[in-house]
Amino acid sequence: MHEITEKIDLAHTVFQMKVKAPLIAKKRKAGQFVILRLNEHGERIPLTIVDSDEKEGTITLIVQEVGRSTEMLGDMQKGDSILDVVGPLGKPTHIDDFGIVVCVGGGIGTAPVLPIAKAMKQAGNKVISIIGARTKSLLILEKEMRETSDELRVTTDDGSYGHHGFVTQVLQEFIDEGMKIGCVVGIGPVPMMRAVSNTTRPYNIPTVVSLNPIMVDGTGMCGACRVTIAKKTQFVCVDGPEFNGHDVDFDELVLRNRSYLKEEKMAMEEFTYHEGDKCYERSKP
Amino acid sequence: MDPKETKERMKIPRQKMSEQSPLERIKNFYEVPHGFSAEQAMEEAKRCIQCKKPLCVGGCPVNIDIPWFIRLIAEGKFVDAARKIKETNALPAVCGRVCPQEDQCEKVCIVGKKGDPVSIGRLERFAADFEREHGEMQIPEIPKWTGKKIAVVGAGPAGLTVAGDLVKKGHRVTVFEALHTAGGVLMYGIPEFRLPKKIVQAEVEYLKRMGAEIVLNAVIGKIETIDELLANGYDAVFVGSGAGLPNFMNIPGENLTGVYSANEYLTRVNLMKAYQFPEFETPIIRGSRVVVIGGGNTAMDSARTAMRLCPEKVTIVYRRSREELPARVEEVHHGEEEGLKFQLLTNPKRFIGDKDGRLKAVECVKMELGEADESGRRRPVEVKGSEFSIEADIAIVAIGNGANPLIPQTTQDIKVNKWGNININPDTGRTSKKGVFSGGDIVRGGATVILAMGDGRRAANSIHEYLNTGVW
Repeated sequence: MHEITEKIDLAHTVFQMKVKAPLIAKKRKAGQFVILRLNEHGERIPLTIVDSDEKEGTITLIVQEVGRSTEMLGDMQKGDSILDVVGPLGKPTHIDDFGIVVCVGGGIGTAPVLPIAKAMKQAGNKVISIIGARTKSLLILEKEMRETSDELRVTTDDGSYGHHGFVTQVLQEFIDEGMKIGCVVGIGPVPMMRAVSNTTRPYNIPTVVSLNPIMVDGTGMCGACRVTIAKKTQFVCVDGPEFNGHDVDFDELVLRNRSYLKEEKMAMEEFTYHEGDKCYERSKP
Repeated sequence: MDPKETKERMKIPRQKMSEQSPLERIKNFYEVPHGFSAEQAMEEAKRCIQCKKPLCVGGCPVNIDIPWFIRLIAEGKFVDAARKIKETNALPAVCGRVCPQEDQCEKVCIVGKKGDPVSIGRLERFAADFEREHGEMQIPEIPKWTGKKIAVVGAGPAGLTVAGDLVKKGHRVTVFEALHTAGGVLMYGIPEFRLPKKIVQAEVEYLKRMGAEIVLNAVIGKIETIDELLANGYDAVFVGSGAGLPNFMNIPGENLTGVYSANEYLTRVNLMKAYQFPEFETPIIRGSRVVVIGGGNTAMDSARTAMRLCPEKVTIVYRRSREELPARVEEVHHGEEEGLKFQLLTNPKRFIGDKDGRLKAVECVKMELGEADESGRRRPVEVKGSEFSIEADIAIVAIGNGANPLIPQTTQDIKVNKWGNININPDTGRTSKKGVFSGGDIVRGGATVILAMGDGRRAANSIHEYLNTGVW
């Protein structure tokens, strides 16, 4: 059992929690993820590790409530325990001295970008970050990203805060200004990662994206997380999660991520009910 | 045994094991055969003529003293029979169910030369079930600690065998399991209706009571490397990390929604209990028409699982003919009883999807058997112009596995072959790295539970020898 030692709401349906997992806290590197299972009936939920505290023996996760399992996780509080936590999984980010690294985070994607930005900074890079959200209230980790980066730009789709528009517009500005970018790290919703990759492709700027396909075991056994990279099938759990954005078949990823829309909707409607902001599980049949 | 008695015994017919009727069982996931009654077991045991030089023992990959345990059953000493088996086999209730006895012990049974062989597997199952169900699982005496510690990677059939054998020799064993439940393929791969999961867990509990420690959710290669295990107080490591990533055919449309690997399909249903969705949270696409590609036991398991998730039609597509089907005859027979269709001498060419990327049909081509290949089997070749489509909303690809890359990725001095399987000395299970042993599917590719257990047995003996002598 893994105790939740801290829980903070970051934005509407987005929260941050610290979870006891001393060995993982010691071993994990930027870019890696864990898989949680909340209880005996639970599904396996892959989540990127945002940070860790070796002394406390905790890892930090940031989660957006998108379905039944993440809503149930959202209802757990400090002092509650998670049944299973396994990791660190996936390959760590390739950290190197690239000169200038532009870190781009879209929505909840800013969470996995933060540890990479930190590691890139430590490796001697000049780190310039762009974070964006649909609207101001959904923006997360602005303070942390500002502390980590040499320069931070913020965008909102509706113009409620920062630059009115998309992260890719700011990225394009940097390129147009002649900034010598050594590497772009872009993490967020699939359309955003595709847009970032399309922005840098004409200039051959190395671009890393972190993919979030449907997974089951996450240890290189089942093959659920397969994606097409440069026309070849790869497995995100052991070959990724990070890939060259210019090689990723994003269209396929979008379709595969929709595999269980019908089932997810059914689970939400039939097995949970809401009171105010809370999501409760119906009693089992 | 005098010749007259032998003759009498040969007259006893092979006992029939009752089972759920096909119509009943395709609506549930309960075990198909019910097992022998005590009377049936004793009657069947009397069919064994107690050969002086029993060939069956040599036919068993872990060399169970078969005539001895069968004699105990014939005498009504069921618990003693179970304990006799357990001297050489840590998982008898599992092996009694899933071993291909018709290719091993029963194949060489002398009684079988003139008629049906003794039902060795069913008797093994009976003894193990009797002992468990009557609360008679007794822990053998464990010798004093030798002072040695062994790490086992993977709590599947190979790893559990190693753990059981070494604990009985007085060593301390820690088993590291990547998933949230111990059992490996016995939990995620083999369906409930062939191997109830509570039986697997009872056998795991037995090992724990003997003193084996099992650490779940521990992916070796990630949380700790083999080198770290060796540096942190383990005197030897056994790698039984099992089957790796599924093979695909590299044909168009393989990543459409609705195309599963057998590993994923079975893991969702068996390990994650997706057949009880939404009570259990992991979903699975139900669909109505299913195509399963492949002819092995995993293909049969996938197809029979699909039958139980209410589809209209499940079809096995296999590129050779019925004679070459690698699956157990019993599985094919059970599948056919349940309404499974076979599209033999057929190979898929591509998967066809709709505008949302969901599978709607599998385009296939007819095959014919040509010249024999290196394996001695006649090679299937395409019949030109014979393409046709099978409508399907689910396809399950069951054509084998690659090797899991996590251990070789993080332990460079463990040598692997070109497919990524670990190289070992087959007699000792020793790898190229001092103190590291291996066996099971990470060595063999896709094989059987009992072969993995045989590897575990040999490796355990060799580990014991290495720990005593220090000679590599």
